[in-house]
Amino acid sequence: MAAFSPSQVTLNASKPAEGAGAPLIQTDGVNLHYGSSHALKNISVTLGERHVTAFIGPSGCGKSTFLRCFNRMNDLIDSVRITGSIKIGGQDIYSPDVDVIELRKRIGMVFQRSNPFPKSIYDNITYGLKLHGMKAKSDLDATVEQSLRGAALWDEVKDRLHTSALGLSGGQQQRLCIARAIAIKPEILLMDEPASALDPIATAKIEELILELKKDFTIVIVTHNMQQAARISDHTAFFYLGELIEFGTTAKIFTNPAKRQTEDYVTGRFG
Amino acid sequence: MTNVPHNAKRTVGWMGIHRGHKARPVEWLAEKFIYLISLTAILMVFLIFVFVAREAMPLVMGKMNSAAARPVIAAKEMDKLKPDELRDYLGLTAKEFQQLDKEALTALMEVREEEAKEAPKDKDATVNTTEWKYLLGAHHWSDSRPEDRYVWQPIGRIHKYNLWPLIIGSLKTTIVALLFSVPLALAAAIYVSQLSSPSLKEWLKPAIELLSGVPSVVLGFFGLIVMATFLQGTFGYQSRLNAFVAGIALGLAVIPVVFSIAEDALTSVPRSYTQAALALGASKWQAAWQIVLPAAAPGVFAAVVLGFGRAIGETMVVLMASGNASIMSLSLFDSTRSITATIAAELAEAVFGGHHYRMLFLIGAMLFIVTFLTNLAGDLIMHRLKGRLEGRAK
Repeated sequence: MAAFSPSQVTLNASKPAEGAGAPLIQTDGVNLHYGSSHALKNISVTLGERHVTAFIGPSGCGKSTFLRCFNRMNDLIDSVRITGSIKIGGQDIYSPDVDVIELRKRIGMVFQRSNPFPKSIYDNITYGLKLHGMKAKSDLDATVEQSLRGAALWDEVKDRLHTSALGLSGGQQQRLCIARAIAIKPEILLMDEPASALDPIATAKIEELILELKKDFTIVIVTHNMQQAARISDHTAFFYLGELIEFGTTAKIFTNPAKRQTEDYVTGRFG
Repeated sequence: MTNVPHNAKRTVGWMGIHRGHKARPVEWLAEKFIYLISLTAILMVFLIFVFVAREAMPLVMGKMNSAAARPVIAAKEMDKLKPDELRDYLGLTAKEFQQLDKEALTALMEVREEEAKEAPKDKDATVNTTEWKYLLGAHHWSDSRPEDRYVWQPIGRIHKYNLWPLIIGSLKTTIVALLFSVPLALAAAIYVSQLSSPSLKEWLKPAIELLSGVPSVVLGFFGLIVMATFLQGTFGYQSRLNAFVAGIALGLAVIPVVFSIAEDALTSVPRSYTQAALALGASKWQAAWQIVLPAAAPGVFAAVVLGFGRAIGETMVVLMASGNASIMSLSLFDSTRSITATIAAELAEAVFGGHHYRMLFLIGAMLFIVTFLTNLAGDLIMHRLKGRLEGRAK
């Protein structure tokens, strides 16, 4: 592993690895510690607007942790320390005057395990909208339909919007969570292994959906499934033991990786 | 795998699978033992209720007579009575009646005659005060002030057993206790489970739960001496000990019960709900209030029901801090007396098997039924809430 020192991770320290498209998220030298363990090591990367970027890597490599830095979900853990800078649209999101709530309104998140609220389908989607001050019933109704259509769930649930969301199947619940996230019209959508608990058919639906959503959102997705990353992402970042090993277009990472370690991982020789 | 030694007990072929519970006799015994213990608990509750109800039964069936002056039959006329009538008149059991000879019976009848001479003569003297209309209805007693129509006064010339002062006394203190303790306990539970930092939680939770370890007599003492004076000084009402003071002191006993169950319920709501809400841009407070609390509603509701049970069943605090006067009043600032305090204070001096004794068992049985029904209703509502959350019911 010694061959891959942080300095080699980014091809050029002054010029972070860059995704095509207008740069939206820029990180520079991000280090993250959980107590005494060093979970992210000096990560610098630039993610493009309206692109799908996939984070891949073996379990515990820090890809989910890095994802959670973007909407500051790591703040919830007591012993976390973060250094370096993360800028979204040029704004440092870790500067003291940032309103985390305002930030999270603009960055939606879908979790690994579907987590609809124990409320009706309708209330699940309107929760975020009401938080942000949408009150008129006609607006709410319209947004609910639009988000459910956006998450390819409308036809399946339009007759039972007011029944509990927990009565839905696993795949439907996950799409509901996506609908809930896109209802508040964020600019960035973070997805933490959104399909890992789903069967292949539900997974296929989610993937189709991601390709559809790409038109409107910047998507960052963490996945364990290499084929999934290859199918849906424009850029791929490979993480290993808290380091960003390689970042580039998905085609390049999967067909002609620059690093031996990346090649070993994407071809299934380890991980 | 061939080098693994065979278990010596292993039987030939598939025979061994028929050994049933003999295979693990200790586990089997332990399981049956635990089952037996759980049955015993149910049996004990049942037996206690049967005992309490049995003691109160003659009263419920109208077999008791508490009239101060009972009708008298002259001793001379004893021979005209049939044995059964005589036995009823003297209030003896069949066995006692058998053992007494004629002379003794005559003596008893003369005692009754003597008693009758000394008995009060006014209009209420012949009233059987244990009849339901006197227990629950208003009555203008000849020896009470005209405005006191609902009176619990078991000791005295006429035994007055109206239940309303006690029922209202119990309800007043319980309601004050719940109004005081439930908001505090729930707020503390929400804070500790959702908002506080883990290090703060580490000492806050045991500190609140420690309150449940304070003996109720100490709480009563505190209520009686410290809080009563402080609250009277603050609110300036007339009687120092009253339903309000007792309710607040009682609330201190209820807080840890409600807190610890509600806190468990809130903590067991999956963290993923909170995370989802936060990721949508909710503040911690909004997530706790709008998502976690509704999701924990069944458990929180159970906490309140148990708090109610604790409050209405608590004796010592109320006995000490309520002023213990059975006054029929809806005001929180009058002295009051609860059902439990009445039983505790009066049972020791009631004549065994007498109407006062049975009356105390009757109110005890009432208390039992009320708590039972509350818990039952609580359970039903809890199941409906749970069903709604899990999407089973509409």
